[in-house]
Amino acid sequence: MNREPSRLSRSQGLRWLKDMMRIRRMEETCAELYGQEKIRGFLHLYTGEEAVAAGAIPELEDTDAFVGTYREHGHALMRGISMNAIMAEMFGKVEGCSRGRGGSMHLFDAGTRFFGGNAIVSGGLPLAVGLALADRMQDKPGVTACFFGEGAAAEGEFHESLNLAALWQLPVLFVCENNLYAMGTALARSESVTDIHAKAEAYGIDSQPVDGMDVMSVNSAIRAALKTVREKHRPGFLEMRTYRFRAHSMFDPELYRSKEEVEQWKQLCPIATLTAQLQAQQLLEDRDLTTLEASVDAEIHAAVEFAEAGNWESTEDLLRDVYTEDAVTAQEPIP
Amino acid sequence: MKTTYREAMRAALRDALNGDERVFLMGEDVGRYGGCYAVSKGLLEEFGEERVRDTPLSESAFVGAGIGAALGGMRPIVEVMTVNFSLLCLDQIVNTAATLRHMSGGQFSVPIVVRMTTGAGRQLAAQHSHSLECWYAHVPGLRVIAPATLEDMRGMLKLALADPDPVILFEHNALYNQEGELEEDWHVTDIRRAVVRRSGSDVSLISYGGNLHKVLAAAEALAKTGVEAEVVDLRSLRPLDEESILASVRKTHRAVLVDEGWRTGSLAGEIGMRIAERAFYDLDAPLARVCTEEVPIPYPRHLEQAALPQIESIVEKVHEVMGQHA
Ligand SMILES: Cc1ncc(C[n+]2csc(CCOP(=O)(O)OP(=O)(O)O)c2C)c(N)n1
Repeated sequence: MNREPSRLSRSQGLRWLKDMMRIRRMEETCAELYGQEKIRGFLHLYTGEEAVAAGAIPELEDTDAFVGTYREHGHALMRGISMNAIMAEMFGKVEGCSRGRGGSMHLFDAGTRFFGGNAIVSGGLPLAVGLALADRMQDKPGVTACFFGEGAAAEGEFHESLNLAALWQLPVLFVCENNLYAMGTALARSESVTDIHAKAEAYGIDSQPVDGMDVMSVNSAIRAALKTVREKHRPGFLEMRTYRFRAHSMFDPELYRSKEEVEQWKQLCPIATLTAQLQAQQLLEDRDLTTLEASVDAEIHAAVEFAEAGNWESTEDLLRDVYTEDAVTAQEPIP
Repeated sequence: MKTTYREAMRAALRDALNGDERVFLMGEDVGRYGGCYAVSKGLLEEFGEERVRDTPLSESAFVGAGIGAALGGMRPIVEVMTVNFSLLCLDQIVNTAATLRHMSGGQFSVPIVVRMTTGAGRQLAAQHSHSLECWYAHVPGLRVIAPATLEDMRGMLKLALADPDPVILFEHNALYNQEGELEEDWHVTDIRRAVVRRSGSDVSLISYGGNLHKVLAAAEALAKTGVEAEVVDLRSLRPLDEESILASVRKTHRAVLVDEGWRTGSLAGEIGMRIAERAFYDLDAPLARVCTEEVPIPYPRHLEQAALPQIESIVEKVHEVMGQHA
C-alpha cells in the first residue's frame, strides 16, 4: 500500500481538489439542511472518504455502469449527476434525480448509468454482476463499477457475487470502501480475516489494498484495475482503506470509537493533504483556492435554491411507477 | 397433440429462446442436468452454454444477476428450483426487483421472469413443499402468475417476457407429469384476466395453479349431487382480476376459495375480503375457504394429504355453504 510518488499536474490537481471540495461542502450543507428539517430520513455522509470517489469515478467511461450503496452522494456527483438534481432528491422534490421517490439513499440516473443508491448492505453486488453479464452477452464495452462498504464482506451475497463474477469472468470492478466501521461495529469485531482484499484473492480475482486517503493512489490504482478489467475481460477488486470522519448517520451518537482515533485519521484528510502537496510543488496559489471555494459555494448555493424552488409531487400521482404501464398512462415527462 | 405440462413449458422456453436473442435461461442445474424437474432438458444442447446457464448454488447472486442483466438490456428467465429456496433471494426480488422502478422515479424497469415450482403432494416433507405464492403476491411492483392448464403453461411465458416489469411464474410441481391435449400452435394466453373454467349457477369455486384440477373434480362430483359450481381460475395472483371474481360471485351468490397456502394470511383470505368489501349484499351464504392446515407439510403420505386441500374437503365445504350438511 505505497503512496504514489507525488508528481501531478496543476490542472489534474486542481480538478481533484475541486471535486473533493464539492463533495464535502455539499454534504456539510446537507447536514445543515438536516438540522433545519429540510432533509429528513437517513442521511449518511462521506466526509473523509472523498479521495475515493474523486480519484476513481471520473475514470469511468460513459458506457460503464455504476452501482453504489446508501452512502452515495459523492459517487453520484462524481458520476455526473447534477448537484441540483441530487439536492432536490434530498428534499424529496419531483425535480430530484429519482423524482423525489428515493431520497438520500436511493439516487438513480439512467443517463449516467447510475444504478443506485441501495440501502441493503451488499444488495448491489449481484446487480453489478448482472449488469456486467448483460454487457458481455451483448458485446458491449462497458465495465460495471460496484462500490460497497467493508460491512458487505460479511454477507453471503458478497461471496456469491465474487464467485459468480470470477467463474464467468465478468467485467466488474468491485471497490470496497473500507472505513473500518459498519455502523458501530469495528471490522475486527465482525470479520475473522480483516484483509478484505484477501477474500477476493481467494476467488481468483486480482485484488489489492489502496491508500484511500490519497487521491493520487486511488487514481492510479483504479486506472490500472480498469485497464485490466476492460482488456482481459475479468473482474477486479480494490480495497480502499479510508475513514469516515463523521458519525454513521445523523442518528449516531458515536459511542464505539474514541475521539483520539477520529482526530488521528483527520490528520490524513484527503483535501488538506492534496492542498499541501500542491502548495509544496508550487502548483497552487492562494488565489486559486479562493476561486475554487467561490465556484463550489456558487454551485451549492444554486443547488439549494433549485431544491427549495422545486415542487412536491401531487399525491394524485402516488401510485405511479409501481408498474411500467403506469408511466405509459401518466402524462408528465420525467424531468 | 398429446403432451405433458413439462413438455408444454419446455416448448414455451424453446419459443422464447428462439424468438429473442436477449432471452436466456439461468438457474441451478438448468443446463447439463436438464433442470431438476427436467423441464429444460435438451435446451443446453440446442442453445448452448451462453443462453442456458448453469449457476452455482447462489440464489441471491444469480437472481440478483438476472435483475442486473434485465437492467442491462437482456430478458432473463431465471429458474429457482422451488419457492422454498427462493427465500434465499427474497431480498433481491422484494427489495430490488420490485422497488427499482418506483425508487428511481420511473427510470428503470426490470423485465425479468423468475420461474419457480411450488406446492406439496410428493412426500418431500416440509422444506420442499411450501406454497408461498401469496408472499410474492403481497408485493407491489411484482406481477405473479400461476398457470393451471396446458394452454397456460405453454402460453403464459410469452407475455411474461413481454412485460416490462418483474414477473414471478409459479409452476405447481404436481402438474409436470400430467398429460393432456394441446393444440400445436398454442403460443400466447392472457396473464391478466381470470377465466371461468366451468360455468355454474350455485357457487363460485375460486382457485389457481395445481389446485384447479382438484376444484374441477370437486365440481364434477358436486354436479352429481345437484350442485352446479362455477370454477374460476385466477391465473394472475397479483394483480387480482377482481372484476371477474365479482362477476362470478354476483351470478352464483356463494363463494368458496381454494388455496394451497396456509389459511392464516392466505390469498384466499384476501380474495374473501375483497368479495366482502364489494359484493357482500350479493351473498346468500357466508364466505368459506379450503386451505392447507397450519402445519409444516409432513412427510408421511396420509398426513401430507390430510394437510392439503382435497376434492373431498372442497365438496364438503361447498355442501356446508349450500346449507346441505351431510
Ligand atoms: C442487509 C442489511 N443489514 C443491515 C443494515 C443496517 N445497516 C445500515 S448501514 C450498516 C453498516 C454498513 O457498513 P459498511 O458496509 O461498512 O458501509 P459504511 O456505512 O461503512 O459505508 C448497517 C448494518 C442494512 N442496511 N442492510
